[in-house]
Amino acid sequence: MLEIKNLHARIAEDGTEILRGIDLKVNAGEIHAIMGPNGSGKSTLSYILAGKEDYEVTEGEIIFHGENLLDMEADERAVAGVFLAFQYPIEIPGVATMEFLKTALNAQRKAKGKAELSIPDFMKLVKEKAGDLNVTMDMLKRPLNVGFSGGEKKRAEILQMSLLEPSLCVLDETDSGLDIDALRIVSEGVNKLRSPERAMVVITHYQRLLDHIIPDVVHVLSKGKIVKTGGKELALELEKNGYADFIEAA
Amino acid sequence: MPAVQETIDQVKAIDVDQYKYGFVSDIDSEKGAKGLSEETVRFISAKKQEPEWMTEWRLDALRRFQTMEEPNWARVDYPKIDFDALYYWASPKSVEGPKSLDEVDPELLATYEKLGIPLREQEILAGVEPKNRVAVDAVFDSVSVVTTFKEELKKAGVIFCSISEAIREHPELVKKYLGSVVPVTDNYYATLNSAVFSDGSFVYIPEGVRCPMELSTYFRINEMNTGQFERTLIIAEKGSYVSYLEGCTAPQRDENQLHAAVVELVALDDAEIKYSTVQNWFPGDSEGKGGIYNFVTKRGDCRGKNSKISWTQVETGSAITWKYPSCILRGDNSVGEFYSIAVSNGYQQIDSGTKMIHLGKNTSSRIISKGISAGKSSNTYRGLVSAHRKASNARNFTQCDSLLIGQDCGAHTVPYIESKNASAVFEHEATTSKISDDQMFYCLQRGLDEEGAVALIVNGFVKDVIQQLPMEFAVEAQKLISISLEGSVG
Ligand SMILES: Nc1ncnc2c1ncn2[C@@H]1O[C@H](COP(=O)(O)OP(=O)(O)OP(=O)(O)O)[C@@H](O)[C@H]1O
Ligand SMILES: [Mg+2]
Repeated sequence: MLEIKNLHARIAEDGTEILRGIDLKVNAGEIHAIMGPNGSGKSTLSYILAGKEDYEVTEGEIIFHGENLLDMEADERAVAGVFLAFQYPIEIPGVATMEFLKTALNAQRKAKGKAELSIPDFMKLVKEKAGDLNVTMDMLKRPLNVGFSGGEKKRAEILQMSLLEPSLCVLDETDSGLDIDALRIVSEGVNKLRSPERAMVVITHYQRLLDHIIPDVVHVLSKGKIVKTGGKELALELEKNGYADFIEAA
Repeated sequence: MPAVQETIDQVKAIDVDQYKYGFVSDIDSEKGAKGLSEETVRFISAKKQEPEWMTEWRLDALRRFQTMEEPNWARVDYPKIDFDALYYWASPKSVEGPKSLDEVDPELLATYEKLGIPLREQEILAGVEPKNRVAVDAVFDSVSVVTTFKEELKKAGVIFCSISEAIREHPELVKKYLGSVVPVTDNYYATLNSAVFSDGSFVYIPEGVRCPMELSTYFRINEMNTGQFERTLIIAEKGSYVSYLEGCTAPQRDENQLHAAVVELVALDDAEIKYSTVQNWFPGDSEGKGGIYNFVTKRGDCRGKNSKISWTQVETGSAITWKYPSCILRGDNSVGEFYSIAVSNGYQQIDSGTKMIHLGKNTSSRIISKGISAGKSSNTYRGLVSAHRKASNARNFTQCDSLLIGQDCGAHTVPYIESKNASAVFEHEATTSKISDDQMFYCLQRGLDEEGAVALIVNGFVKDVIQQLPMEFAVEAQKLISISLEGSVG
């Protein structure tokens, strides 16, 4: 489904190279975890997948569902099925979370040539998904991410993901800021979306998330390169020994 | 496209109806009174079959106007207006103007279509009862063409008619209140209006009556080189309530057209007037050519104790907007409110705001202003809050927020505060922000396109004010704002 080939990227503004030759192949139905030290380029990779303009790809390509992802605008990628759960979700003042969900869902439906969802149908859908994630009606009425606690923001991200039903879910440190119960609820929400047609790239620092969302493959990213790939036991090993061994290797 | 066909049909239907209702009696002299002179004033007054006192009132205003100088303190820039090149009278005529919609700019048609305005026109003019039951007074150029729901309002004792009719039918009310809030010599354009005002709406709500429906006036400038000088007068007797909405549109023209209205509101003891405006005069084309000069004086007088006047305005149109809907808080405990959204794009210039004049005791006022600037436009909020020395415990809260889209626009905030009473408490908050790249990216990542993202973020920005509008118009206003900002990103 997703194939990243020799991806090099730098910051558009000052030319600093962040990604230095990434190769990654993710098949439908798989969950890949990406771990790695702070500043190694994990969020950058996720932004480039989603089409953020702050970065410049200098080499390599990204093929998504057989198409060249780098040729598409950010909104086109979203409609094509790329979803990014942000490490730091953005506040949209004055726009009720509910309103945002409806606008996003209908924008995607429209782009796919489908009719807008009727208000009752939409409400039913939101209530069901929000209930699963313990997102209250009160929260849905509040402006998106404004004054949300860290955990509330992350739950709102996963709520958006479950409504939009993307084929590629990129989760950037979704576990950070979650309390123990919220971690379980959010993981259940994510697991519910596991399907043979869907792939996930889960960026995290901690095994505790991977206890719930069990990955098929674990990668270690260091200084803009994947330095190690293994099964789920690789995460356990990292938890015990840290990154020291791999950073040497890089 | 079927939608366009629908619009064509609707516009055709309007023409037919104008004939059918025969609002125009003298088809050949519909556009007259060129140039500003005593003759012009007499012509207008005679056209309207006005009584002698009214003609004199106008002539007095004209004489005063001729001694006045055009003010230049606003942050707007335009060539000098040649008042002698203007026509001061035009009434609708179906044989002129574009013969079919093929002659009308498709861009403009598309805009109206999105707004649903042709439909509204048709409903109003065909006399179809709108579902939401809004009584409407429709003013085309200089003439009020129709007022709906008159009979039903009459039963409640409410008078809702054109100002021309009020001058003939209710002279005692007009004499008592006309010019009592905005004096004839108040300012240059108000004086001009007093001399040559053509039509507008008159509303009278008797004591203790809650007006049974929304009242609305729909203004439209059709003719070329025609100034529109409308005059609106609303009187709410003790303990009464009325909600009134005005909507404005004008076709696209290369020349600038002048619109200089005067609106006067009087609220007596315990009365409340809610006045909403959705202003969408033609703003000029993408090069800044054409558009309406909207120079308007709007003022409400909270004359009685515990009275309340609220102004809500959504300003998206006009090449130049120069207006300050204001409240005189004369009665003790009276309340004034001003909620404003002013959107400028292209080469539009807006200098708008409000004045809250606290005269009575325990008076309070609230100002929420949201300015959105895009393109090469300039958007200024200018406000005055003042407390007279007798205005003990006067309270004001002002919030002025500006949102900038792009690099070439400007936003300015000019608040004046004058307090002659030590117990007055005036608070002022102001913010200026931009739509951030992060916000845009976040919205795009969810599948919104650029225009959709801007519209969403802007609608969030203006929400506090939109909530003040009557339900149905809130939706229209939101659409208007999105349309006005189309093409402002990317
Ligand atoms: N837009 C930007 N402007 C400047 N520097 C940037 C930008 N984006 C990323 N960087 C830099 O690139 C490097 C990689 O950042 P990135 O956010 O991808 O790291 P990360 O692996 O996600 O780290 P963490 O685990 O702390 O989230 C960092 O040094 C960061 O400061
Ligand atoms: Mg990161």
